[in-house]
Amino acid sequence: MKSPYRGVAVVGAYDTRQARRLPDTTELELVLDAIRGTLASAGIPASAVDGLNVSTWVSSLNPRAVAQWFGGRPVWTGTAHPGVEAVLEAAAAIATGQCHTALVATAQCGEYTDRASTVSWTRPESEFVECWGLYTAAEFALMARRHMHVYGTKREALSEVAAAIRMNGARNPDAVMSGREVTPEDVVASRMIADPFHLLDCCITSEGGAGILLTTEERARDLDVEPIHVLGGALDRQGMSYVTAPVWDRPGWVGRRAAGLAFEQCGLGVADVDVAELYDPFSFEVIRQLEAFGFCGEGEGGDFVSDGRIRIDGELPVATNGGLLSYSHAGVVQMLQKPINAVKQLRGELPAPLTVPDARVAIASCGGSGALFCDVMLLGKEPS
Amino acid sequence: MTGESLRGPRRGIPLPVPTPISRPHWQGCREGVLRVQRCRDCGAYVFIPQPCCTECLGEGLDWVDSSGRGTLYSHTVVHRPQQPVFEAPYAVVVVELEEGWLMLSNLIDCEPEEIEIGMPVEVVFRKMSEEITLPLFRPTRGPR
Repeated sequence: MKSPYRGVAVVGAYDTRQARRLPDTTELELVLDAIRGTLASAGIPASAVDGLNVSTWVSSLNPRAVAQWFGGRPVWTGTAHPGVEAVLEAAAAIATGQCHTALVATAQCGEYTDRASTVSWTRPESEFVECWGLYTAAEFALMARRHMHVYGTKREALSEVAAAIRMNGARNPDAVMSGREVTPEDVVASRMIADPFHLLDCCITSEGGAGILLTTEERARDLDVEPIHVLGGALDRQGMSYVTAPVWDRPGWVGRRAAGLAFEQCGLGVADVDVAELYDPFSFEVIRQLEAFGFCGEGEGGDFVSDGRIRIDGELPVATNGGLLSYSHAGVVQMLQKPINAVKQLRGELPAPLTVPDARVAIASCGGSGALFCDVMLLGKEPS
Repeated sequence: MTGESLRGPRRGIPLPVPTPISRPHWQGCREGVLRVQRCRDCGAYVFIPQPCCTECLGEGLDWVDSSGRGTLYSHTVVHRPQQPVFEAPYAVVVVELEEGWLMLSNLIDCEPEEIEIGMPVEVVFRKMSEEITLPLFRPTRGPR
């Protein structure tokens, strides 16, 4: 089957340094590093870029302003937020001939200063949410608790997810939590945040930048890098994040439609996936996505993750760079880092202990049930 | 024994800012009534307040009174507060009202270990300012 994204390849993927704080740099320096690093990773000069979607968090850099950094030449600019959605938007722009070579990059630093409160991006301002003391951990906890009630999902399954992903980060020299090994027992021994979530069930907060570069397969042939092909992808949205009650019956399966469409576009199925760069804001969300995307049946996610299946040496390694739990979570940068890490994994660019042998197809996702959106894409070493 | 370790919101927390669409809900809370929108066409309950029915896109929404009774749909006891002004631990809950619609709130007047999905709860109002009275929930005890 010929994917509608056929002919589009990722040729550049780059992360700036990631850290809990980057006090010695500005957001603009960071996003410039992301831009330059991404171009260098592909061996493409700035003059070859004719599509841009570059933004920043605190300084709200507009993709159109960035066109001026590229000589003010006429270019396509994307409007999607960083993440799977921006990569798919750029891929669609290339597939429809609106541009040939598109750069998506973003960066965040300096946002989290008031450490007495949870970080700004976790705190909703809705009149029906904020007054209850809600923030993302509590939103996702309400989903997890309902799932545990309906399906009997065990606390141990959440610990297994958190430990498996955090162990990847421990083995990654570039991860914010590099060297910090975590066992399932450590997870439940960490302090309670919003039950059933302990501290180690929850993503970290950090600073950093990242970028990804897409071009046509034809142009990719002239480059000295291995192209990774966009096989499929789609977006699921069920309303604004953190405005309504997180009710399992409604967004519990968010991402199922998107994953189904992504697989349909390229004629692949879950059995073809070698690596799962799933969005991991909280341990439970991985269990949910495995069910929603069809890797297992409804309510079977807890059992699926047991016996080391999602560990780096398991059947389906998840969040292989350490994910949001251990690698980095810099506002929205981590959303772009999901497809970026899929590309790095398929190219064999991760540190040896984190390299999945013979990985040919990867799934990447952004967003989760508590946030009422979930975007999904498939990438592969071969075109579909 | 009725425990009281979950005391609920105190003064100083960020309060809702009503909009033209949500104002009747907050007006109801001030009067001690939990008000929700209901579609004149399809009968669906709509919450949070919307400009149209979220089931059929119908524009005829009436404000109706809820019984204020329901059951606990999901819960989390928060130990790391959103902001220091929130007193931890506090219980954030999703309540399914008798009429079949769901809302977020805080559960008060009970102990964290007493909380379980399916437990009957009832609304109780707490005046926070001249404009805002918050609808909280507490366990329903004894005969209704």
